[in-house]
Amino acid sequence: MAEPRTLFDKVWDSHVVERLPDGTCILYIDRHLVHEVTSPQAFEGLRLAGRRVRRPDATIAVADHNIPTSDRRAGIAEPESRVQVETLERNVAEFNVPYIPVLDARQGIVHIIGPELGLSLPGSTIVCGDSHTSTHGALGALAFGIGTSEVEHVLATQTLLQRPAKNMLVRVDGTLGFGCTAKDIVLAIIGTIGTAGGTGHVIEYAGVAIRALDMAGRMTVCNMSIEAGARAGLIAPDETTIAYVAGKPFAPQGEAFDRAAAWWRTLPSDPGARYDRTVVLDAGAIAPMVTWGTSPETVVPVTGTVPDPAREPDEARRAQMQRMLEYMALAPGQRLQDVTVDAVFIGSCTNGRIEDLRAAAAVARGRRVAEGVRAMVVPGSGLVKQQAEAEGLDRILMQAGFEWREAGCSMCLGMNPDKLAPGQRCASTSNRNFEGRQGPGGRTHLLSPAMAAAAAVTGRLADVRELA
Amino acid sequence: MEKFTTLTATAAPLPLANVDTDKIIPARFLKTIRRTGLGVHLFDTLRYDASGAERPEFVLNRKEFRKAQILIAFENFGCGSSREHAPWALLDFGIRCIIAPDFADIFHNNCFKNGILPVRLPRPVCEALMADAQMGGNARLTVDLSRQVVVRPNGEEIPFEIDPFRRHLLLEGLDDIGQTLQHAAAIDAYEVRLRAERSWMPAIAAG
Repeated sequence: MAEPRTLFDKVWDSHVVERLPDGTCILYIDRHLVHEVTSPQAFEGLRLAGRRVRRPDATIAVADHNIPTSDRRAGIAEPESRVQVETLERNVAEFNVPYIPVLDARQGIVHIIGPELGLSLPGSTIVCGDSHTSTHGALGALAFGIGTSEVEHVLATQTLLQRPAKNMLVRVDGTLGFGCTAKDIVLAIIGTIGTAGGTGHVIEYAGVAIRALDMAGRMTVCNMSIEAGARAGLIAPDETTIAYVAGKPFAPQGEAFDRAAAWWRTLPSDPGARYDRTVVLDAGAIAPMVTWGTSPETVVPVTGTVPDPAREPDEARRAQMQRMLEYMALAPGQRLQDVTVDAVFIGSCTNGRIEDLRAAAAVARGRRVAEGVRAMVVPGSGLVKQQAEAEGLDRILMQAGFEWREAGCSMCLGMNPDKLAPGQRCASTSNRNFEGRQGPGGRTHLLSPAMAAAAAVTGRLADVRELA
Repeated sequence: MEKFTTLTATAAPLPLANVDTDKIIPARFLKTIRRTGLGVHLFDTLRYDASGAERPEFVLNRKEFRKAQILIAFENFGCGSSREHAPWALLDFGIRCIIAPDFADIFHNNCFKNGILPVRLPRPVCEALMADAQMGGNARLTVDLSRQVVVRPNGEEIPFEIDPFRRHLLLEGLDDIGQTLQHAAAIDAYEVRLRAERSWMPAIAAG
């Protein structure tokens, strides 16, 4: 009998073009998502070598990182950002790559629109020059971020040179408590295994708490796999996945869809499949989480306090904690719920989907953004924005005093005009709280959309469960 | 890509763990369509104060380390984003080799594509090398890729492991794409099989 295989093993094996003598594999790539920041040098490389794009029909481009989230009909004011987007437009025209223009309703963050449009399919290999490509693993795709040289490699050959990753299973048992979400699950996981806990591994998320998540929640979990250092995150496709993909414009249709779904149903890990490492968490023990430091692993329940570096035995870690507290202007022992915020950001590839905006609006309904707090909501795509407006979420949020903006990466990384001023403190639904991530000197606390809305209306890192 | 064979150079000690790619090169400097010119922004917030003036205490601002070609750091170097601007900035500054206990995967991969050698050595060894490096220009390290050793100023040789395929590409300065295209027939054959076995997979056309 054949050796039991994991989901990762199955997707990997079905994409190996050739195994080289030393074990390196030429891995076939089904979908290549391209954006403006990490592609210009790749296209330039093709041009200099006289190479073409091997599979334009497996490639799609969109601008997301750089673009303003205010009215864009007048174009992009910031010259360098404009050049990058114009360069992308020139490159896609020259190399015949399908492109979603900035003013198209389908434009949005590449990791939001991939699943939303049915470009990301179970069992496929998906790459993009962006580390949060792990998002698409929620569909049971092997999806990972690559550098620009590899973007060029995929454009030229439709393959990558890769060695197989190790398998890691993160099983989340039990039921999430009231007010807790997928974001709290993934922050708890990163807090448990650390930012390098997944290095060299692909994480498969399983267990009843993961099964119970909708696709948006699964994407939030897989999105932050890279924050645990993993090469990718995966969730086995099930009927929730198949129902989600059905009818999406770029997905297979009709009889072709049925054949695809029949294969997708064979992908879940076999009973007895071996994992190099297994971690088990109890969803019932997870509270709404919030980060206090400048690494996503520095996370505590919102009911907790800022840890004391003096209690850290390792000298290097102690020094790092002290630096974090200094940067974040927090004191050991301080209650997180007493920390006031200047800004709130709801959006990003982690939490910019319609379900996230509904969760934020549910908290904001009938309340007001606290005095002196700037709160912005940036839908993950034009289609998410349209849907939210059809549901009246925009009115609820704007009546509460939130800004309602156009789709893009925005204040997740502050490459466009949306950034924090030095010293400003932000409750953010994004994925990284590194120093200066949301603007030089800016201070980021990562949390869920509901928790971000709670922070907006109270002006502090509030426990959303107390607002119900 | 420039070959990497043997490098004898000053090493700069950066005794930090979890040096993320935002720290190596903040996002606001990614708005370039070129690979070069990023060295001036390397470690921007560590290197310059809010007014843009150099922080004299930062290692790469110290006279003896301005020409460093080796960097020594602690765990999980290069975590965070996939931006190849991180190795580009290091290379543009002049760094050709980074020694650390371990590296984040994507960054590690990106180094090899740019002729930068990432060397994994246990923490105590990195600490010893950092102590050597503190002596500045008087204490040059040698990194010999063909023999897979780091040579300390006292002559002690420290062996390191490296993936043989990547070692070969670095030693010869070979372009990955050229290597893969030698297997073009296998890619063609795979695509024929793919069209038969997963014929449901749609082609992408915008519009």
